[in-house]
Amino acid sequence: MDFTEFLEPTLSDDVVEVRALDGPLLVAALLAVDPAGLGGALVDHPLHEQARAFTNAIQRLLPDHAPQRRVPIGVSADRLIGGVDLAATLSTGRLVSERGVLAAADGGVVVLPMCERVSVSVRTTLSEVLDTATVQVARDGIGATHDVRVVAVLLDESVEDEAVHPALVDRVAFRLNVRAAPDEEQVEAIRAQVHAARARLATVSVDDSWVTALCETTEAFGIDSVRAPLFALRCARAHAALAGRDAVANDDAEAAARMVLAPRATRVPVEPPPPPPPESAADETPPPEPPDQNTPPEPPPPENSSEEQAPENDENDAPDEQDAEQPLPSDADLLRAAVAAALPPGLLEQLMAKASAGGVQGRVGAEEQSLLRGRPRGARSGLPRGGARLHLLETLRAAAPWQKVRGRGPTDVVRSRVAIRREDFRIRRFVERTGTTVIFLVDASGSSALQRLSEAKGAIELLLAESYARRDRVSLIAFRGKGTEVLLPPTRALARAKKVLAAMPGGGGTPVALAIDAGLEQALATRRDGSVPLLVVLSDGRANIARDGSPGRPAAEKDAMAAAAAFAQFNVSALFVDTSPRGEPVARRIADAMRARYVLLPYADAKALGGLVRTAMQLADGGEGSR
Amino acid sequence: MRPVFPFSAIVGQDEMKLALLLVATDPTIGGVMVFGDRGTGKSTAVRGLAGLLPSMKVVAGCRYGCDPTANGARCDECRARAAHGDTLKSVSAAVPVVDLPLGATEDRLVGALDLEKALTTGEKAFEPGLLARAHRGFLYVDEVNLLEDHLVDLLLDAAATGENVVEREGVSVRHPARFVLVGSGNPEEGELRPQLLDRFGLAVDVRTPKEIATRIDVIKRRDAFDRDPDAFLAHWSKTDAKVRRSLEKARSRVETLQVSDEILERAAALCSQLGTDGLRGELTLLRTSRAFAAYEGASEVTLAHLRRIAPLALRHRLRRNVLDDSGSTTRVERAIAELWGDVPASA
Repeated sequence: MDFTEFLEPTLSDDVVEVRALDGPLLVAALLAVDPAGLGGALVDHPLHEQARAFTNAIQRLLPDHAPQRRVPIGVSADRLIGGVDLAATLSTGRLVSERGVLAAADGGVVVLPMCERVSVSVRTTLSEVLDTATVQVARDGIGATHDVRVVAVLLDESVEDEAVHPALVDRVAFRLNVRAAPDEEQVEAIRAQVHAARARLATVSVDDSWVTALCETTEAFGIDSVRAPLFALRCARAHAALAGRDAVANDDAEAAARMVLAPRATRVPVEPPPPPPPESAADETPPPEPPDQNTPPEPPPPENSSEEQAPENDENDAPDEQDAEQPLPSDADLLRAAVAAALPPGLLEQLMAKASAGGVQGRVGAEEQSLLRGRPRGARSGLPRGGARLHLLETLRAAAPWQKVRGRGPTDVVRSRVAIRREDFRIRRFVERTGTTVIFLVDASGSSALQRLSEAKGAIELLLAESYARRDRVSLIAFRGKGTEVLLPPTRALARAKKVLAAMPGGGGTPVALAIDAGLEQALATRRDGSVPLLVVLSDGRANIARDGSPGRPAAEKDAMAAAAAFAQFNVSALFVDTSPRGEPVARRIADAMRARYVLLPYADAKALGGLVRTAMQLADGGEGSR
Repeated sequence: MRPVFPFSAIVGQDEMKLALLLVATDPTIGGVMVFGDRGTGKSTAVRGLAGLLPSMKVVAGCRYGCDPTANGARCDECRARAAHGDTLKSVSAAVPVVDLPLGATEDRLVGALDLEKALTTGEKAFEPGLLARAHRGFLYVDEVNLLEDHLVDLLLDAAATGENVVEREGVSVRHPARFVLVGSGNPEEGELRPQLLDRFGLAVDVRTPKEIATRIDVIKRRDAFDRDPDAFLAHWSKTDAKVRRSLEKARSRVETLQVSDEILERAAALCSQLGTDGLRGELTLLRTSRAFAAYEGASEVTLAHLRRIAPLALRHRLRRNVLDDSGSTTRVERAIAELWGDVPASA
């Protein structure tokens, strides 16, 4: 965004023409006019200096003495939302609470660097803050609610496939680049004007037709969020206040569409804005014509809210014919043009590609899963050494009941201090990763010769011995006849596993589809526990029992393939060991559909199988660990 | 106190509103899980409902909000006072809605030793936690799927037993904690453990409204509320009061409403058709259809009632079927159509 022909005092000596403000300075000014309503801004890959100048500008434009706080990436929960003031608690002997970073920033600006990498707890806390303007403390013996009315500046420093969590992006009005940061002089020049606008904001009226137009524009650009049109509306109002108007005008709505809606666009409107000659063939001009921004069309009469034709069809239907009746471009069309003009070149194609590829979701789930690991979980008794961290509050709690007794020691000097003994120490406990869980899915049907079964048993036994050292868990699911049976839920108990194995019966049909389903279920449960699943299928793949339990090879095979395809969607590492004498094409097909490694093991000895599983396990570890 | 967006002013989201009203009519239904997109008014609805609920009687001075009339479920203190022959005075109090923030620690959830008292006076006193505050009200957990597992376990235990048992740091306390658990979450951001999901009586999916007219209404009302909350509340107080009256009536009616054997059989047939595990589904169907009939002012529970609420009560209990990618709501509706025909009897 160009920023050079900045500042043209036109209206009077001390009032700056708002249309001349652009980019970061305008965003900063609008945020300062309506800090509670607009939430904040997401800044794309800023340089350090520019991000700072932008943040300072917001702070300077807010009411006097507005604080500014930075939330460091590794912030602890007690520093973020508040907790116990250790020093004060220890020296006074009573529980003293301390405000967190967020509460300290009340009335000012919160900067969140590397916001694409914040932890779940920071993200949800910040969401709460932006939604309710408060933060609730419910930890470490403290229950309190603090006001946190802040403008959030989120610094997006993501690379490659990282992305800022949509819940955060959704909660701030603006998304912008800060290439040229406002300097202090420029900020000073508009400061009085911003203050006046803030005072005037509540009196600025908005005609209903603008609300309609903004909602329609939101829809046309494929923006699902309800917050987006609300932000646009508030932005338009703040813009009007800044320009000294009593009611939202064309300029204001256009600025809002450009600044709030354009960065959120996920698609280009299916129908082009109505071209001036009413009867023209609209079908032939797919990309909307970006109008010249310097000559915005005259505002239409606000009563002109008759257009119900607006894009109801989400998908890709033909353009609406009612457009032809419209003599003047509607409000929504003007805004649409403004948004389209504000989209950077090339983005349209990207959006098209993205839409056809099926959206941008999908990565979030996996990411959250890995964040769940290694999270704090209470405290236990122990000394804070060897890397263990002291849990101070629990330590105090442990010491508390004894204070009366201990206080009466030989030295009565330290009445106000807390007497803590060795046995009081509590250290933080974290949920540790439970390592790999190997799930054996063993074909115990009649088609797998009983010899195969004993081989599989041998391999599992070997692996058990090994996993004992590695602290892996093993689970065993057998399938035969009309169903599957979990013979052994994930366990490390070697003796029990051996017993179950020895007793495993054989014979009956081969319900491959059901088996894969059961394996998947177990694998996902394992993953939820924070362990990395590895599925090892030992079968010849010759399914003859369908999912509903009925015999018949074709149906059974079809079901098996479908189950395998479903399995492939969950990215579980798998190994398919074909136990047929010469290799079964159908086993290979199923393995491919599952995206499993396929191995043929004509006459396996248990040791060879054990080696295979070990390799696959290392692969599984590497695969999940790098996500 | 910050003004709360009125319940009746929420545009659309009928299913979510109905589910909340039903659990408010009969809390034993057991809570609502709201799945949905961002910004669909999940938390607004819960807060709005609480603002609308008729106030309740509590034992004066009781830290656990005991019910003066309930003899069984009382905290130790009230029981001791009653046994001592004291008359328990009652005062009225608003129905609590307690937020459980994700950053909450165990001690604040279940309660813990009052540290300050312990340090200053050496007294072993118990400081009640959020579960105590939520007694006879609502416990709301936003993004419940991201809640730490050990907190989820504590929640489940209290929700199932209706009481909170604390054994920590030498304090041993047990107090009633009956609350309606309302959870919200976006399934894309982390899966909910099946055990937890099953504990919710009802489940609803909320979606961002697609129709322009609805969206415009949402924005207009929200904006009007933000700009002048008092005027907005005054404008909606009548419709809110209407909802409150229906709710009060429904509550008094629900206890006497009978469910015929025929309806029970139908409920059982539906559950077996869908292959839901356990009895929880049937029990929820029974309670929910009764609450719905009561809310509708009907004199008996009919098949139409059952039909209407079946998706709410069952959609989260279906076994995951990776092959059938039609949504769980569709599956419930299909089963209903197979059992009871296509055309819904008019309610």
